[in-house]
Amino acid sequence: MKGDRIFLGALRALSGLSLALLLVFVGLLAHQAWPALRHSGLSFLSSSDWDPGSDGFGALALIYGTVVSSVLALVIAVPVSVAAALCLTEVFSKRVAWLVSFLIEMLAAIPSVVFGLWGIFVLAPFFRSGLQPFLSEKLSFLPLFSGPPLGVGMLTAGVVLAIMITPTLTALSREVFASIPRIQREAALALGATAWETISLSVLKSARSGLATAVILAWGRALGETMAVTMVIGNRPQIQASLFAPAQTLASVLANEYAEASGDLHLSALSAVGLALLLVSLLVHGLSRVLIKRGSAA
Amino acid sequence: MSRFRNPYRKWKSRVLLSLLGLGALAAVFPLVMILLHLVREGWSALNLAFFTETQKPVGELGGGMAHSILGTLGLVGLASGIGIPLGLASGVYLSEYGGTGQRSGERLAGWVRFALELFSSTPSILIGVFVYGLVVVPMKHFSLLAGALALALILIPLVARTSEELLRLVPGSLREAGLALGIPRWKVILHIVLGSARPAVLASLVLAVARIAGETAPLVFTSFGSPSFVKGITEPTSALPLQIYTYAISPFEEWHRMAWAGALLLVALVLILNAVMRVLSHGLGGGAHE
Amino acid sequence: MSKPQIELETRGLEAYFGDHRALHGISLQAEKFKLLALIGPSGCGKSTFIRCLNRLHEETPGAWAQGEVLLEGEPIYGKGVDPVSIRRKIGMVFQRPNPFPMMSIYENVASGLLLAGVKSRKELDPLVERSLKQAALWDEVKDQLKKPGTRLSGGQQQRLCIARALAVSPPVLLMDEPTSALDPISTARIEELLVELKKSVTVIMVTHNMQQAARISDQTAFFLMGEMVESGATEQIFTNPKDARTEQYITGRFG
Repeated sequence: MKGDRIFLGALRALSGLSLALLLVFVGLLAHQAWPALRHSGLSFLSSSDWDPGSDGFGALALIYGTVVSSVLALVIAVPVSVAAALCLTEVFSKRVAWLVSFLIEMLAAIPSVVFGLWGIFVLAPFFRSGLQPFLSEKLSFLPLFSGPPLGVGMLTAGVVLAIMITPTLTALSREVFASIPRIQREAALALGATAWETISLSVLKSARSGLATAVILAWGRALGETMAVTMVIGNRPQIQASLFAPAQTLASVLANEYAEASGDLHLSALSAVGLALLLVSLLVHGLSRVLIKRGSAA
Repeated sequence: MSRFRNPYRKWKSRVLLSLLGLGALAAVFPLVMILLHLVREGWSALNLAFFTETQKPVGELGGGMAHSILGTLGLVGLASGIGIPLGLASGVYLSEYGGTGQRSGERLAGWVRFALELFSSTPSILIGVFVYGLVVVPMKHFSLLAGALALALILIPLVARTSEELLRLVPGSLREAGLALGIPRWKVILHIVLGSARPAVLASLVLAVARIAGETAPLVFTSFGSPSFVKGITEPTSALPLQIYTYAISPFEEWHRMAWAGALLLVALVLILNAVMRVLSHGLGGGAHE
Repeated sequence: MSKPQIELETRGLEAYFGDHRALHGISLQAEKFKLLALIGPSGCGKSTFIRCLNRLHEETPGAWAQGEVLLEGEPIYGKGVDPVSIRRKIGMVFQRPNPFPMMSIYENVASGLLLAGVKSRKELDPLVERSLKQAALWDEVKDQLKKPGTRLSGGQQQRLCIARALAVSPPVLLMDEPTSALDPISTARIEELLVELKKSVTVIMVTHNMQQAARISDQTAFFLMGEMVESGATEQIFTNPKDARTEQYITGRFG
């Protein structure tokens, strides 16, 4: 009995450490962020002027960069991932499905910095000399594709992020599709539906809420990505309509400026950025948890 | 029935199914591209010097990433030494004493689970910010220790979650059989429950370690980087992913080549570990939990 | 005729799951070196009862028991009594065979001893052999002791679990429907070994199978809805039951 008590006590202490660390984490971050927040007030959120040199700390451009790059990534990744997941559950044979999902899992294991490396030296040059001139020629009437083709910028970041979240999104979507009972497909087939109609009627319709949750979860992942984004987004805190323009996200400004912050107020503002990033991530994850609970209750 | 089937529907089905296939191809395509580029750009720079020499001053040719490799080994080793026991302890605690669903568990367990989930959804760069404030600032300089602590903080929730899941899979009847033999509960947990899950837990640990070996963001302002071998755990150190980043954003071609080589090495390591572990656990998945 | 020796006795044993009372004041005696069978319809409390005997019942969250349980005259509940030491004296075999998966046959049998600190092969070997012989498994596995325990057939696994329970030399062995998950041949082999085993170990066995109780037990107790209706010599219970409910159950009118 004594052994049990000591064991449980040790487990409680070691596990409680994480709880204590969390409290210290949030407290430290808030404490560090406070001076800058007090200095800038609401303009922290409403101003897009991020100019540490002159004590201007408006994070709106950073928020813009974070949101647009992650949403762009979703716009690209969702169709691809859903298509891949459907193939894995509905179309491919068992062996092909195993191979393809194995490859997708391997993609998930590649470190962020390698995506960034590939982004800088392969994707960006391709965009600069190939894709972007093509787009600005053909679709120049859209402000989305205006401006000089630099190679690095919002579009590149969005594409790299899309590649990075595809494995997660595919795996999650696959789970959703796999959990739909066979009987629904068989019912559609018995009615004489084609292969596509079966998929569309019996699988896609019922998967809608599960897919929504998967998308939110993947979005959370994209929001936290730092290294690959920093390497290809151009690191210019600004709000521009064009996807070719360089930008900055909450995470990438931290990677760039935190180690060499010029002065206490700058450091404090960066901590405030960190706090904002933390809040955004937690909100999105919280949202996905709520959706999961609602989904399993239904 | 089939005589009246609209040929348009069949055609539409074929087209859309091909689109789906294209989507699947698009999902896999980047992997192939990245691997190809890694080999093409990095293979030539993987020579002996790469593995034995450290960074040469700017402008000089040659040099290697030996200091980064060693740095990663040191960081990962120390981080695992701290993070794995803490993560396993939490995993065991949550599985054996933190019941969910029908069984009620300790209240502390609910809070611990909440804290671990929050940590695991925190972007890794913020973990770096945290350890910077907690360790680097008081110490007044960057260090291997700080980097290892940051990596450990990423490792703990990861190990805790997977080990809790794996331990829950161990059937309750095994615990009862152990208790019925007059074995104290803590020995039942350590020897019988952990023992039954041992192969799966070990595989998950290897995967978790492979994951933190590739992390860069938490190291950027904790271990910071260095051009030479680390001198002690209170000194800054280079790490393979960190050095790749530094070299990649530099303006020097020589350094770019080494970044590719480092990336090739890192990806090879990570992919081999992942592939081996996943293939092994396919075989284990049937055998371990009976 | 000499007074029968009582190995295990309960007086007014009550078991609860939270507020729900599952056992109502059970008073029952198990004689030394005899096999006591507990019969009754599903859900009547037989398993809960024996789980109170080795204090396994209280391991379920919210479950508790009160009353007296005496092993050789000594109470097993009460302040200062360590459940762990009780369970070394009162072993248990479960309904589904549950050998430890990552252990060999040898390690499975020796697990109770190993985890109690006995490490030397010199001490373990003879105990492992004796237990496997008592469980009628020795001849089949003596050349493959290193084989994983889970590679045996169902019936063999259950005999392995019996050997495992016997290795710590408990004076009492509890069995919770040990053959209900097995085929008839394995069942027969286990019944055979129990007839031999009860000469050296007191056995208390829950069974769904009345014929089994009639075949191998010396005493029988009939449980119904958390109460013990009647107990006595097996022959008497089956040929001349005192209670009408016992008679109805035995003649198959319910359960």
